[in-house]
Amino acid sequence: MMVLRESVIMKIHYGSAIGALFLTVIHIMMRMTQDFHESLEYENVIANYESIGYAILLELLLILISVHGFNGLRVILLEMNQGPTYEKLVTIGCLAGMVALIAYGSRTIIMTNLGMV
Amino acid sequence: MATLHPKLSEELSQTTVSSTQSIKLKIKRSNPNVNSDEKFDDFVVPIEKWTTVLDALLDVKSHLDHSVGIRYSCRQASCGSCGMKINGKPGLACFTKISELNSDTITVEPMDNYPVVRDLAVNFDRMINNHKKVMPYVIREDSEIDAESGVREFLQSPENVEKYIQFSSCIKCGLCNSACPTMAMDKTFVGPQALAQAYRYIADDRDKGKNKRLKVIDESHGIWRCHFAGSCSQVCPKGVDPAMGIQLLRGYLLGIRD
Repeated sequence: MMVLRESVIMKIHYGSAIGALFLTVIHIMMRMTQDFHESLEYENVIANYESIGYAILLELLLILISVHGFNGLRVILLEMNQGPTYEKLVTIGCLAGMVALIAYGSRTIIMTNLGMV
Repeated sequence: MATLHPKLSEELSQTTVSSTQSIKLKIKRSNPNVNSDEKFDDFVVPIEKWTTVLDALLDVKSHLDHSVGIRYSCRQASCGSCGMKINGKPGLACFTKISELNSDTITVEPMDNYPVVRDLAVNFDRMINNHKKVMPYVIREDSEIDAESGVREFLQSPENVEKYIQFSSCIKCGLCNSACPTMAMDKTFVGPQALAQAYRYIADDRDKGKNKRLKVIDESHGIWRCHFAGSCSQVCPKGVDPAMGIQLLRGYLLGIRD
């Protein structure tokens, strides 16, 4: 079932964690340029999405966290139960969940960036 | 108040005891081949300061209840047969002195993460199969016996031996696998014993089977499922550090080590 060796998957897992951490730090630092309540105001949130640089940062953050999170979930589920059918279902389910989350998040980012919201 | 074994009063009167001290030994009894019942039998055993848990168990077998199921052999922490849970912690019965446990009651149970054969004896099939899977021997094309030049040696420097020597001390007692939390959850996890042995041979510069072994352990229930709890290293009676071996193996797989 597994196309990738587990070591390759884990390299992606560790890499995505480091990348997500780095981008989250930038994201938090950007938030510190204004008061917390201001950063959550509708206009400011939309302004973030409409800035191409910030939109790319959010898209990357979405991808990295989705990849890392769903692989983590796969690992936890594989430990809870074993068996070829179960493992196939877990792998396919986690991949599908990851793709769905990235697609939905990307849709939001792209639509807002293009001024469609 | 613990219930004493029915034979106790009779046997105590027949046994010559020089010791003035005694402890209560609680032994977990079960026989899965007959039924799923589990119970603890209590025995009062005389001890000296040098009495080990195995000595106490053999005292019970000799004088109080011959039917206690236990596996043992060398009595000197070399054979790895008498692993069991002693007061909740995996240990070798022959290597655990009762005086060091600081308790008047000693509870002995079969090791976790293994199917019980009877009482304190467990089935090692899973560990032995995983041990075989990692090919625990030196793999290379040529031989120490050469048709032309006769017998030769594959020499090693002391530095090379130092890389793996502690892992050679493994006696396959299975205590590390018993203490491992992942072994408890994941029935197909390869386990710290086999992983430590994989490292032992990969780190051996006479060996040429590194890629074969890395392929075996680099699967979904292989090395990456270790959470580095470190309990395997805590319980090893021979001072082997499987947790470190696992981290070093990960270095090979991540490309940090050659």
